[in-house]
Amino acid sequence: MSGGRAAPAQHTSTCEDGPVSHWDQLGPCSLPVPVAHPEPGNLAGVRHILLVLSGKGGVGKSTISTELALALRHAGKKVGILDVDLCGPSIPRMLRAQGRAVHQCDSGWVPVFVDQEQSISLMSVGFLLESPDEAVVWRGPKKNALIKQFVSDVAWGQLDYLVVDTPPGTSDEHMAAVEALRPYGPLGALVVTTPQAVSVGDVRRELTFCRKTGLQVVGIVENMSGFVCPHCTECTNVFSRGGGAELARLTGVPFLGSVPLDPELTRSLEEGRDFIRDFPQSPAFPALSSIAQKVLSEAPARLS
Amino acid sequence: MEEVPQGCPGTGSAQAGRGASCQGCPNQRLCASGAGAAPDPAIEEIKEKMKTVKHKILVLSGKGGVGKSTFSAHLAHGLAEDENTQVALLDIDICGPSIPKIMGLEGEQVHQSGSGWSPVFVEDNLGVMSVGFLLSSPDDAVIWRGPKKNGMIKQFLRDVDWGELDYLIVDTPPGTSDEHLSAVQYLSAARLDGAVIITTPQEVSLQDVRKEINFCHKVKVPIIGVVENMSVFVCPKCKKESQIFPPTTGGAEVMCQDLKIPLLGKVPLDPHIGKSCDKGQSFLTDAPASAAALAYRSIIQRIQEFCGHHQPKEEHLVGS
Repeated sequence: MSGGRAAPAQHTSTCEDGPVSHWDQLGPCSLPVPVAHPEPGNLAGVRHILLVLSGKGGVGKSTISTELALALRHAGKKVGILDVDLCGPSIPRMLRAQGRAVHQCDSGWVPVFVDQEQSISLMSVGFLLESPDEAVVWRGPKKNALIKQFVSDVAWGQLDYLVVDTPPGTSDEHMAAVEALRPYGPLGALVVTTPQAVSVGDVRRELTFCRKTGLQVVGIVENMSGFVCPHCTECTNVFSRGGGAELARLTGVPFLGSVPLDPELTRSLEEGRDFIRDFPQSPAFPALSSIAQKVLSEAPARLS
Repeated sequence: MEEVPQGCPGTGSAQAGRGASCQGCPNQRLCASGAGAAPDPAIEEIKEKMKTVKHKILVLSGKGGVGKSTFSAHLAHGLAEDENTQVALLDIDICGPSIPKIMGLEGEQVHQSGSGWSPVFVEDNLGVMSVGFLLSSPDDAVIWRGPKKNGMIKQFLRDVDWGELDYLIVDTPPGTSDEHLSAVQYLSAARLDGAVIITTPQEVSLQDVRKEINFCHKVKVPIIGVVENMSVFVCPKCKKESQIFPPTTGGAEVMCQDLKIPLLGKVPLDPHIGKSCDKGQSFLTDAPASAAALAYRSIIQRIQEFCGHHQPKEEHLVGS
């Protein structure tokens, strides 16, 4: 396989396997393997792996994953983000990388660098779709296969942290990610909830998943904790209150902090700005920085 | 029967049951064994079962956390307010079953009767089924791969004694995967009225919702319309409006115009909704005069009108 050949971003699918269409160049339904066996060292240069999980959808896993990656970068770390949400890949848009092509090199697929300094790399199924509206309607086994490839066939290189963003639930993607990543060292987990009891109900199950699969839970983050009215500064608990602390109490897992709702944050992520650089005045900023600091101090000990 | 797994080679093809896309499909074994076009017998069984159900509505979203379960629950409550309307709510979110909590039924158990599993009743005319009722502890995690989830959904549709129903509402997890394919496949012969798609105003939701709309087109499920949740927030103190989830690309309104799909309504973000859900109570009875309750009622009415006018299409068996 020639190195450095760019895979076209747009390609009409001839393969029955669906939207992973530019792999068709290697033959129908075949999966590209750069050497005779899968490259064993593709994660050898990654120091810490952190999965961001929640039982619940829409609590802000992708947002927290992205912000955590940016915060770790600001602390001088080299970070990779692996987006294994195959049905709803949000991260390319958040980092203004949608539509970018995925290239190959001798060790495998090159993750997309989202910044000039190449300090944040990203892999997502979003890069492999012909159009952003294309639905990835795959059953479990096919999702598992792609996730395995994202782990073993992507040349992650030297990274301080690999942040793995997951879809909601405790199913194929989560099991595939844990199985594929497990050989590379202890796996950390950050669990995200909102303050509502409905969210806590789902996230408790996620913590059971973590226990059963041997993930080291670094802590719980409570997102969408209250909204400060920009007109009168009254804080309203839009999504109820108390869930994060309650979850920490029920499960004995450290509570890392609450992040309030900030529409400017939402707007910034939708438009792919560098939030940490642009919004130090935001009510969410102190919370996110504190969480990142806790990860930096806790993770190395827990994950060594 | 129309096959739905993406990239399905076709039940008559030499690759039937053997292609990569076949893995996890309920028909895989049949196809691989050369049974060819014979569909899963459960599909006929479910069609029979569903003969006593007048209207079947799927509640979908590409995106998590937009309020599908909240909406499904309140749609069920709203329809069941007329005690002559028989309503059931089926929760097929196997990993994150929120419906028991939202309906105030946590800790309830499912009972077996001669005619199958009995749903858990909130009111005489409102029954609920969820995998949540099959779990013995709130910490129990359902860590199942696709094929096992499909099996559960088949059982819910085939083995629950739904009885005579005016409405069966099916609440789904986020995404476009096993659960959604299975629900559509198993209900394919039973005529789904359509899908209600839930979103919030931001582009990150709409991005996933467009995929869901494409999914519906692919599997030929009619779209009743889109509901935009968490639209606007009115501060309880100063009463001024804020947009917590800004519609950076025009919100659901622009998307619906672009895709020529009805926008059923916009529901404002009312902190009482979350509180009612946490308490397992109907927000429609807790705060009946609120803007959000009025929005819900208007949307529910539009759904009823759609179902009332919906003409059954000719059932056709398409050998693909």
